[in-house]
Amino acid sequence: MSETELDARNLLCPLPVIRTQDRVAQLAAGEVLSVHCTDPGARVDIPTWCRINGHEVLGIEQQGRELIIRIQVGTD
Amino acid sequence: MSQRKAVALVSGGLDSMLAARVIQEQGVHVEGINFFTGFCVEGHTHAIRKKDRAKPKRNNALWVAEQLGMKLHIIDVIEEYKSVVLNPKHGYGANLNPCLDCKVFMVSKAVEWAQANDFDFIITGEVIGQRPMSQRKQTLPIVAQESGAEDLLLRPLCARNLPETRPEREGWVDRERLHDFSGRSRKPQFALAKRFGFTDYAQPAGGCCFLTDAQYAVKLSDLWQARGSRQYEIDDIMLLKVGRHIRPRPHFKLIIGREEGENQFLEGYRKQFIHLRALSHKGPLALLDGVANDEDLALAARIVARYSQGRDAPSVTMEINRVATPPYALEVPPCRSEEIEQGWVL
Repeated sequence: MSETELDARNLLCPLPVIRTQDRVAQLAAGEVLSVHCTDPGARVDIPTWCRINGHEVLGIEQQGRELIIRIQVGTD
Repeated sequence: MSQRKAVALVSGGLDSMLAARVIQEQGVHVEGINFFTGFCVEGHTHAIRKKDRAKPKRNNALWVAEQLGMKLHIIDVIEEYKSVVLNPKHGYGANLNPCLDCKVFMVSKAVEWAQANDFDFIITGEVIGQRPMSQRKQTLPIVAQESGAEDLLLRPLCARNLPETRPEREGWVDRERLHDFSGRSRKPQFALAKRFGFTDYAQPAGGCCFLTDAQYAVKLSDLWQARGSRQYEIDDIMLLKVGRHIRPRPHFKLIIGREEGENQFLEGYRKQFIHLRALSHKGPLALLDGVANDEDLALAARIVARYSQGRDAPSVTMEINRVATPPYALEVPPCRSEEIEQGWVL
């Protein structure tokens, strides 16, 4: 299955969460979204948003200042 | 009867957390809604400043939602919110805070959301007498009326001091199990938090919006005055939160990073602004907002040099980048402290 990328770099909390939320709403259950961000707060906030909304964080990778969070869209 | 559904305005503070829990306790399905205006204190500054990065960070609205086991919808209202900031029908508070208009706006957006998502009513953590502008006995009905929520707006923490709402009349919630809090005392909230077992919550009441901050309001007023119009974009309001702002001339100001985190943040704006930094010494990145001729740039360079490690040196070599043309170096004597006029510093 293809993976969608979301560029949320240089955005500050809560904008990376909002952009993630809006993009996930366009995806089907099981699809994977890879969010690229630079706000360190996203490491906490995006996984929290995923937990309360039923999506799964597949992994978080730090590449220099950039954080890449991979999310699998849940069924609800 | 099918389970009733309520949407709760969640700020991340204690009151809205308690209000949502009070209604959850009555078997109502509650989901949270949180609005991002661009002026929210939550998150931003501690994401920028390096010294704050070591502290644990969280978005309190998300955290509250997780504690309560409910979904949270964060809505970007930056564009629509401009009319609230620029033309508040009920005026401003002590600074540029349009608290009553803000509350009306947010409840009206919650009404729209509730209608679109088939929710039955709206709840807030408002308490009569808690806030001097937006939470007075005279203003609570204004919020219900002007937002269009009317009697579908329930304030669980002070409902028993207010006329019955439709959720109470229809038996969707039991009025007797709602509360009668009033006034500025936080004791009833703390007692209720204890009853619910909430021990960790964000410091309640106030401080969630930059528009209530006197220094921020000065910088926003300055921006409007310099531009000759009361307008703003999201980048403007973000940049007002960062750095040292110095306006040596009416037609330009400098935004000078105060530490590494701010310098990194300002780096993201280099392509949009004339910018300066010291070449011969360590020093901050500075953005120049406005227009500047050669004389202005020389003055700007001297000011920024003042904040570099070469401040006491006879001269500092500065790089000036006009973005559209290749950068060039300029050797300047740093401004002495007394040369930076008090009125320049915003």
